[in-house]
Amino acid sequence: MLTGTLAELAAALQAGRISSVELTQGLLARIAAHNPALNAFVTVDEEGALAAARAADAARAAGTAGPLTGLPIAHKDVLMTAGLTTSCGSRMLARFTAPYDAHVVAGLKDAGTVLVGKTNMDEFAMGSSNETSFFGPVRNPWQHDHVPGGSSGGSAAAVAARLVPGATGTDTGGSIRQPASFTGICGLKPTYGVCSRYGLVAFASSLDQAGPFARTAEDCALLLNAMAGHDPRDSTSLERPAEDYTRDLARPLAGLRVGLPAEYFGAGVDAEVAAAIEAAIAELRRLGATAVDVRLPNARLAVPVYYVLAPAEASSNLSRFDGVRYGHRAEKYSDLLDMYKKSRAEGFGDEVKRRILVGTYVLSHGYYDAYYLKAQQVRHLIADDFRRAYASCDVILGPTAPTAAFRLGAKSDDPVEMYLNDIFTVAANLAGAPAMSIPCGFTRAGLPIGLQLQGDYFSEARLLNVAHQFQQATDWHRRAPTLASEASPPAPQEVAP
Amino acid sequence: MAISRSDVERIAHLARLEIDAGQAEDVRAKLDAIFALIDELNAVDTRGVVPMAHAQDLSLPLRDDVVTEADRHALFQRTAPAVEDGLYLVPKVIE
Repeated sequence: MLTGTLAELAAALQAGRISSVELTQGLLARIAAHNPALNAFVTVDEEGALAAARAADAARAAGTAGPLTGLPIAHKDVLMTAGLTTSCGSRMLARFTAPYDAHVVAGLKDAGTVLVGKTNMDEFAMGSSNETSFFGPVRNPWQHDHVPGGSSGGSAAAVAARLVPGATGTDTGGSIRQPASFTGICGLKPTYGVCSRYGLVAFASSLDQAGPFARTAEDCALLLNAMAGHDPRDSTSLERPAEDYTRDLARPLAGLRVGLPAEYFGAGVDAEVAAAIEAAIAELRRLGATAVDVRLPNARLAVPVYYVLAPAEASSNLSRFDGVRYGHRAEKYSDLLDMYKKSRAEGFGDEVKRRILVGTYVLSHGYYDAYYLKAQQVRHLIADDFRRAYASCDVILGPTAPTAAFRLGAKSDDPVEMYLNDIFTVAANLAGAPAMSIPCGFTRAGLPIGLQLQGDYFSEARLLNVAHQFQQATDWHRRAPTLASEASPPAPQEVAP
Repeated sequence: MAISRSDVERIAHLARLEIDAGQAEDVRAKLDAIFALIDELNAVDTRGVVPMAHAQDLSLPLRDDVVTEADRHALFQRTAPAVEDGLYLVPKVIE
């Protein structure tokens, strides 16, 4: 019962087979048993969760419960949660208590969800493996010596391990989709501007977007219903009529045109991943879809463009961490400049510093045109590729990542090797278009493989429809990792902040 | 473009980051590898291409010029490293 999907648990709550308090207590016990090995949560708010669960049960008794009332979820620790630590996986904010709720946090709270805790992440969402967190790496629930992906690796691992049925993530270059792929769950990055960025601690503001993690497409649609919506506090939040993202789930796939770019099926894609994607295409054909060849000729440029633009925006956004208004301040310094330099040197980890340096360089005098402007021009070419492709197809399909999850430490000393893991995910952020990852198979070693579905602007309901129909015909999303036996002694934390 | 030690020192100063002398060469080498990746963009012909700053082509929204936020400085300053009388404390900057 505890390990049901959001939709299953909502039905159980509605039928009175379980109360939100019982469900929350049960999942808190699961977290206590398994989090020491996984390190998926950095904060567990038992007291707040039980209070919210009692309120949810009262709302149900009063007849005011909605579809998500009483369902326990977790938030990535980059989203502000009033009264709770919001660390961004960084020493810089290890003791920072958020004074207000992010828009998407408030939306899910208003919908009656029960927040059980905050999840671990790559520091300031910069990473593809969850190894850059100040609080130590998250372990992949399928194999603990493998990474869960990043940067939203804690949320992905928590959902995959059935510690919570749903969670939030944020995706700047693949940080929802790649960990969803590595842990065998679903993750959706909406169209830029669909979810307000208010209270999402900024990494690269023109790319950042929050989105849901869950085990099924249907659950992602339910969460997105509560996360999306216009917010005047974010100037890039789009003002458009509210959508019900579940509306097309049951639509048959007959007539669906699936675009297959040769650029996503070439060298560099692991053979087992390629085979699983081919099998998924065959399944979609059986369901009535037709495959169309499309071209994304600038696809290989997406990673270099991203690693100019995202660090440039990050170097500007992270200049706010100066040891004055919030965050870490060094103990010893000689003057104001020295205080800035030492506070930032101590508060940020190596990858964050690296990206700040890259961003500072590309924006510095004499280099702006050669790097930043050039990258913005190539960004336009990449967005144009998608525009042309969607003239002949409804969705674009391919692997989410070139490989399944890799071992902890395998790429942590080679930033370029790590960045190339984002090759299939960053383009959707550059274009600002929606994309999601769903499970579509396993390697012989037992690691999940993710299928990426991309669509034109505002096609979330269509992506969820394709994913849901695929999940009606397959059972990859029902496979669960075997967790270590209950009540193992807590493993020592790598860092005790 | 090869990154030199003096480049690293210059941008670290601009970014207000102290770099440990023992790590400077490792930082330089990794930045050098990242710029080798970025330099692939040099080969792309972008003559006449309009730079794309944002996904949606929107003009910035305007709102009425009135105060909408309550004064919450006490709450916000609770997380500051050093505060006195509602002011943020920093080392002396004027002799």
